Amino acid sequence: MTTSISRAQPFYDEPLPIKETPVQRRRIRAAWLFLTPMLLCLLLVAGWPLLRTFWFSLTDTSLSDAGAGAFIGLSNYLAIDGDGWSGILVDPLWWQAVRNTLHFTAVSVSLEICIGLAVALLLNVRFTGRALVRAMILIPWAIPTIVSAKIWAWMLNDQFGIINHLMLGLGLIDAPLAWTADASLSMWAVIMVDVWKTVPFVALLMLAALQMLPGDCYEAARVDGVHPLKVFWRVTLPLLMPALLVAAIFRILDSLRVFDVIYVLTSNSSSTMSMSIYARQQLVEFQDVGYGSAASTLLFLIVAVIAVLYLYLGRRQMEVR
Amino acid sequence: MSKLQLDNVNKQLGGLRILRDISLEIASGEFVVFVGPSGCGKSTLLRLIAGLESICAGDLLIDGRRVNDLEPRERGVGMVFQSYALYPHMSVYDNIGFGLKLAKTDKRSLRERVLETARVLQLDKLLQRKPKELSGGQRQRVAMGRAMAREPDILLFDEPLSNLDASLRVQMRNEIARLHASLGTTMIYVTHDQVEAMTLADKIVVLNAGRIEQVGSPRELYERPVSRFVAGFLGSPRMNFLPAQLLAPGLHSAISTPALGQLAALPFDSRALAAGSPLTLGIRPEHLSLQKASGDAGLRVVGVEYLGCETYVHLDVDQDEPLICRCAATAEWRHGDRAELRPEFAGLHLFDADGNCLPRQAAATASNPASALRQGCA
Amino acid sequence: MSLRLLKKTLLRLGFCVAIGILLLYAVFPFYYAVLTSLKPSSALFQVSYWLDKPDFSNYTAVLQQASFLQAIGNSVFVAICVVALALFLSLTAAYALGRVKFRGRGTVLLLVLGVSMFPQVAVLSGLFEVIRALGLYNSAWALILSYTIFTLPFTVWVLTTFIGQLPGELEEAAIMDGASPWVALTRVLLPLLWPALVTTGLLAFIAAWNEFLFALTFTLTDQERTVPVAIALISGGSQHELPWGLLMAASVIVTVPLVLLVLVFQRRIVSGLTTGALKG
Repeated sequence: MTTSISRAQPFYDEPLPIKETPVQRRRIRAAWLFLTPMLLCLLLVAGWPLLRTFWFSLTDTSLSDAGAGAFIGLSNYLAIDGDGWSGILVDPLWWQAVRNTLHFTAVSVSLEICIGLAVALLLNVRFTGRALVRAMILIPWAIPTIVSAKIWAWMLNDQFGIINHLMLGLGLIDAPLAWTADASLSMWAVIMVDVWKTVPFVALLMLAALQMLPGDCYEAARVDGVHPLKVFWRVTLPLLMPALLVAAIFRILDSLRVFDVIYVLTSNSSSTMSMSIYARQQLVEFQDVGYGSAASTLLFLIVAVIAVLYLYLGRRQMEVR
Repeated sequence: MSKLQLDNVNKQLGGLRILRDISLEIASGEFVVFVGPSGCGKSTLLRLIAGLESICAGDLLIDGRRVNDLEPRERGVGMVFQSYALYPHMSVYDNIGFGLKLAKTDKRSLRERVLETARVLQLDKLLQRKPKELSGGQRQRVAMGRAMAREPDILLFDEPLSNLDASLRVQMRNEIARLHASLGTTMIYVTHDQVEAMTLADKIVVLNAGRIEQVGSPRELYERPVSRFVAGFLGSPRMNFLPAQLLAPGLHSAISTPALGQLAALPFDSRALAAGSPLTLGIRPEHLSLQKASGDAGLRVVGVEYLGCETYVHLDVDQDEPLICRCAATAEWRHGDRAELRPEFAGLHLFDADGNCLPRQAAATASNPASALRQGCA
Repeated sequence: MSLRLLKKTLLRLGFCVAIGILLLYAVFPFYYAVLTSLKPSSALFQVSYWLDKPDFSNYTAVLQQASFLQAIGNSVFVAICVVALALFLSLTAAYALGRVKFRGRGTVLLLVLGVSMFPQVAVLSGLFEVIRALGLYNSAWALILSYTIFTLPFTVWVLTTFIGQLPGELEEAAIMDGASPWVALTRVLLPLLWPALVTTGLLAFIAAWNEFLFALTFTLTDQERTVPVAIALISGGSQHELPWGLLMAASVIVTVPLVLLVLVFQRRIVSGLTTGALKG
């Protein structure tokens, strides 16, 4: 028998209730169950401690007697008393740390992106032994930061360091430089070590992005006889931009919280002190949990603002395109 | 063996109605094929029967029991996926036996069932192989074996042959038909390939834009399509459509078309329409025959496709697509020849402006097709 | 010789030089550390680029220090536990985030990403309190727990990407076979995820092995210290009297396993690093 359903149906649909199959319901229940341990763990090590840090920053808690802190409002940040202003926001050392961190971040991230991109372009060329070279350049990334800081400290040693030896030999300098002790040089020493350690990460990220680029653009450009440099500026770089932005944000956020390189290389010297070093010094060495937490909170806020701003601008840029 | 019944089933996804008021009955042991263009909802309908998608409104009954809220394994259905989705890390034996193992079947009967399934599908010698060591056709058979192992009452196939090459597809098609004949299980099969649909199905369900367009045996659908959509969907080359105008409404209709002239006493009831209504005349390529015309009479041949067993002749009828006529391979037509058309009356279809077929009447005995034809070509 | 050939030769030469400089830049510091560690203390303060005769006295000296061996043991224990914990927690989470569509999924992902971004020092005081409250101060467990803050977001993120790439029909087939989400995850998806688990586990191991700030803050005694802290605290009487030979020997000892891992698993590490960053 031939049946046919009338096809004269109303055009407008009433929305139907959204229903889930038993399978879907079970999967959603399972999903939350599966997420619970991870979320609990993050709550324990990240969420709750962060809130406690915020709270401590409003108290005068000290490390030796953590229970005894009293609420003192915003005094850790800024307070006025008989002698004038006090608090972090008027502490010149804090502002020095902020300047140092921003300086470090700006210089090292730009250098890393530039060198990383150059290395990636170099390694994007097919040649025998490429895999080996790629593995070799991962070595700096794998070396623990502490170890690389120590190695570089030895190489930069003012009396017996190989860098001074080399530069003297080449006639670049007349007298050995005190890389890690000289205030005008120590930041450059720190940046040098950080760049050395993180260029592999950036380069491999860029390389992966390069290898995902569509090949036909290049074919077209080559057929048209466009100069390679122009191809790079007009084709490669714009296509690479998203990966570049991702690498940059990763590195920026990482650099803003820099701690171990500086701690090992130049210790607590004020000319290289970063925000993290400042906060930890207050917290652990001076035992002032309240004040140290206030510094941590400020660092958190700065990082959060930069992250949000970056993500917002990045997304807008993408949308424009 | 179970009967499956869909009762006003609706499915909505993200504000979009994917399926609309689907009502359908599938008898036990039947081989039903869902066919339609991509995006018509046929796969969704299958997944909904499987229990992988939810039913937003309406009921799904298996053996009279409402199964909307049952999980797939409780519904007694097995499914063969388009990509086969074999577990790559398990041997053929484990692939087939996985469902049984999860159902806590004891070891011995599990082994028996797997071996029996493998025997039916001629997989006996491959049981220890991993999927990646199998050919496309073998993988296909393992996928079927996995779906069959738990002896479901209903087997679902989601475009199972679309990943195979042409010759293997024919072979597997025959194998599925053989399997259906020997197992007698109810099978529901989704495809966009009309040859698969025609050759396999006891019953074809044609879906279009979330609605059932027509349900029937392959022969019914081919010979008596209820709509222009069904008529155009089945058959290759597809049915020719010619614009027409209703001359005189009545139990038997008289129409005029630019290409064929006037046709009278067609066995279609047009009493519901007014004279002058636009119609579409449908005729399959095999229901047209050609005769050489002299001078400027008839239609011009604009293309000839020689296929060895037959020849398709394309005729210019002043519309986007040429009229296609299926001729014997021996017929010698050339581009530019003039041809006179002789339609076979029994093969004519008449559709109204909405694309519905006009109610069909018994052929008017009084009128002589030959005379009508003469009138048409005058 | 034609001009074109000359140009081509020069280009190739330049390329080889560039690769050479790159390799030198990447490898020389580590080479120099090895070199220094193999010098007797008498030759330490003469700069040289080559070694005539290796001297292992620095290594024997370092390996005779009980505290250094203890630190290596601690580091291995902490890193392995962190990897196990992070992989277990993130495997189930990645299934939920990568395979199930549910309301709140985007929020959870954003939360995880957020945790990976914020500075560790920001939780230092709060975490210190939690660790003391749990009685874990100056123990390996304090480190294992606190290291999840940077390993977990990363492993969740990478595994979610990997698990989301597995074909959907595979899991649907398992559902048709009557598998619950747990069975589908452990019996069908997990066996296919081993490469991804190796990659993420490796990266988590390296991160845990290298961590310094928490290790410095949450441990107090030599018995509980990890390698980075032990090395950072090796000192002589003053800045100029640092036992550089000893220090380099210790550095080489803790770095060689990592370098070997990297050289062996180079391809996997790169894919892990880049899926985490580029596909997210």
